[in-house]
Amino acid sequence: MRDDELLDRLQRGAFDYFVDATNPDNGLVADTSRGASPASIAVVGFGLSVLAVAAERGWLARADAAARALVTLRFFASSPQSPDPAATGYRGFYYHFLDHRGTGRRAWHSELSPIDTALLFAGVLTAGAYFTADTADEKEIRALSRDLYGRVDWDWARNGKATLAQGWKPESGFYHYGWEGYSEASILYVLALASPTHPVPAASHTAWSETYQWEHIYGSDLLYAGPLFVHQFSHAWIDFREIKDAFMREKGSDYFENSRRAIDVQREYARRDPKQCGYGVDCWGLSAGDGPGSGTKPEHGRERLFFNYTARGVPFGPDDGTICPAAVLASLPFAPAQALSAVRHFLELHPEWTNTWRLPSGFNRVAPGPDERGWVSEGFFGLDQGLVVLMIENHRSGLIWRLMRECAPIRTGLQRAGFEGGWL
Amino acid sequence: MTRSHEPYDLLIVGGGPAGLITAGAALGQGARVALVERDLLGGVCLNAGCIPSKALIRTARLYREMRNAEALGGRTPRGIVLDFPAVMERMRRIRARLARREPAERLTALGIDVYAGHARFAGADSVVVGDLTLRFEAALVATGGRAVRPPIPGLEEAGYLTYENVFDLTECPERLLVIGGGPTGCELAQAFARLGSRVTLVQNEPMFLGHEERDAAQLLSDALARDGIAIRLDTETIGVRTEGSGKVVDLKRDDTANTVAVDQILVGVGTLPNVRDLGLEAAGVAFDPTDGIAVDDFLRTSNPRIFAAGDVCAGTRFPHIESAAGRIVVANALKGGRERLSAEIIPWCTFTDPEIAHVGMYVTEARRKNVPVKTFTILMHEVDRAIVDGEEDGFVKLHVREGTAEILGATVVASHAGDLINEISLAMSAGLDLHALTRANQPYPTQSQAIKMTARAGVEHLQRSSSSLSEPGRPPTLGRR
Repeated sequence: MRDDELLDRLQRGAFDYFVDATNPDNGLVADTSRGASPASIAVVGFGLSVLAVAAERGWLARADAAARALVTLRFFASSPQSPDPAATGYRGFYYHFLDHRGTGRRAWHSELSPIDTALLFAGVLTAGAYFTADTADEKEIRALSRDLYGRVDWDWARNGKATLAQGWKPESGFYHYGWEGYSEASILYVLALASPTHPVPAASHTAWSETYQWEHIYGSDLLYAGPLFVHQFSHAWIDFREIKDAFMREKGSDYFENSRRAIDVQREYARRDPKQCGYGVDCWGLSAGDGPGSGTKPEHGRERLFFNYTARGVPFGPDDGTICPAAVLASLPFAPAQALSAVRHFLELHPEWTNTWRLPSGFNRVAPGPDERGWVSEGFFGLDQGLVVLMIENHRSGLIWRLMRECAPIRTGLQRAGFEGGWL
Repeated sequence: MTRSHEPYDLLIVGGGPAGLITAGAALGQGARVALVERDLLGGVCLNAGCIPSKALIRTARLYREMRNAEALGGRTPRGIVLDFPAVMERMRRIRARLARREPAERLTALGIDVYAGHARFAGADSVVVGDLTLRFEAALVATGGRAVRPPIPGLEEAGYLTYENVFDLTECPERLLVIGGGPTGCELAQAFARLGSRVTLVQNEPMFLGHEERDAAQLLSDALARDGIAIRLDTETIGVRTEGSGKVVDLKRDDTANTVAVDQILVGVGTLPNVRDLGLEAAGVAFDPTDGIAVDDFLRTSNPRIFAAGDVCAGTRFPHIESAAGRIVVANALKGGRERLSAEIIPWCTFTDPEIAHVGMYVTEARRKNVPVKTFTILMHEVDRAIVDGEEDGFVKLHVREGTAEILGATVVASHAGDLINEISLAMSAGLDLHALTRANQPYPTQSQAIKMTARAGVEHLQRSSSSLSEPGRPPTLGRR
């Protein structure tokens, strides 16, 4: 199968997750395809973004895509915002998980989540940037996008500290730890810096970047972060090619190049396969994802440790042998040949995945599973599918990057974070 | 009350490692030295800290190796049974043996006047011990610290262990809850887990060893989990109660509460300085009950003739400061020197498996100070001897001033990190850079080759950078040579 055809199928397979998992009444998207899954606001952010892709590729009529976006935005505009533990959000932020099928209120006692709110708003702003026609629906999309973004009190989420907190609960207040080390929080900081109403000070971004580690690992110089998704999530919306903040100017690199190097480190780790997990140059990709479950398995006198859903990373771990195939496919813009080669290998190992052309959250060749190929995650996770749709699109057409280059909050946030050069 | 006639050149309060080393160093300078200790010579380190815990850790490692013999091509012995009294007896034998090296009689024979009793300052230049008043030209307070007793409701009533009494146990607890994910908590949690206890380790932060690098803490977390320890991060211990012969501990993470039933609780949440009843006010020595005695960079207190070092001091709680303290105090107190603590290269180590050792700056510290820093990393799975030994978990990280060969700091995570770090400490102390580490010949295969490999990565990177610098007249910045 030609690469184009393969990507067509994989991108459409991933998009169909959103068709299947979106509640048409409120636009909320289930976190996973497993029964009784709540909605994840981050997945909704991806869901709003993939509508632009679907409209461009003819999978949805533009009016249909706009109508779907509008349902979602109207829900977030009208849902209760208050300190009530059963609200949908507070101070413009939203709870990480919401009741999917019913009220849309907070689910699982989850936290008010700045990062997941940022991913939601990346989607809200994508919708605002794409639906620019002079129709009633598209005008309303733009207005809601602007209003919702303006009411988020980003600065409150610092809790008076230098960096943004990782969460807040009405029962217990702010989590006592903030963002440390390079992570997917780039998009959070960009949106928080750019707010027209409640911006965080530039010093907050500086304080965060002081915790970065510039490392030389396996012959590559990179801003270190172990899991692959860290090098991808913000890149789903922001074209980091050739734009540099103070840190990257000092290092003579940029964040896009950094993600490419992170893939080099992932592949080299897999080639070495120090924990003998069955990795190889075409079997790599440690990221956040589902896992075989907590517990240990004795193996040649050593306990092999397994995890549930967690952020796996290289080279310092955690590593229980679980590969996240969607994260590999989402590496396409950075390392197309390597990503495609690995995905083809995955599909040879698991040809049944071509039934849906949708990749599971994880597989593990050394964890017990239904056959000799080991464990495979059940069902699908929305974050994986959304990331795959956007990154394939960025690789093929650059659509999302192009839209967001013209998005005022993205430009302003990047500039306030000290980015210069390139398209900026 | 009697008075000694001549003031001592140096009077030391506290017979722990810092006190003993300083006494020896002062004696070597021809000083007249007195040492006052109210308990056992050797201090916490010998009697309730480093030495007993390391003895326990060694035996625990043996049990782990027996169970995992297959990993090294061996066969796991049948019916491994823990003989806890034997474990503790070995620990006590070692402790007694080491204590015999520094008996009071030997110090006395060397010329140090040793006083057994509680010392209390009577003024700016004298202390009282029993009915004796001892005068001094200079004094060192090295009274150490004691275990923090956290105000957890029900904890005192239920009873608990600290590093001060855990080595008095006669039975290995079947179920043990450890409060505190610092060095003491992690070391003992792992040791008891390996000896067979079902251990729950509670830490109120998102990672263990809060002052160490995240990657080191991540590897430790995995290692502890492999030892079967139930890890509870971001978790507060909010209450303890007794039920039958056991204890029930209430834990809370954010708004989620649960309970754990255990037989023993071990608290390892740090130390408080031993400053009570020392008469520091009379001596004009400023102190705080929590932060201890305030000292400057010369280890001098607010009384210029009195110095302080170790756990009794604010802000200088390096765990391995003894030899540095001895050198600084002797130089500054006896010879009018200006030796600074900040100029010392002081490594430290947490003796878990793998061990975690650090020296010099952390990356975050360097970046906060606007020092351009780059880290060169070699994983232990790249090191032949580590592979051969089945000890591949870990890394060597050298933090270097970017664009130069100057070593700013290092973190080593390895089975023998406490030994490996010394090569880097020596290089830093001697002002040597990456080039020196690459030039040192080493036997092959050894795990310390990880350091040479890391340094070589740095030097090769510098050479590539300098050869790519094509600007005429611009010299390559190869750092201090």
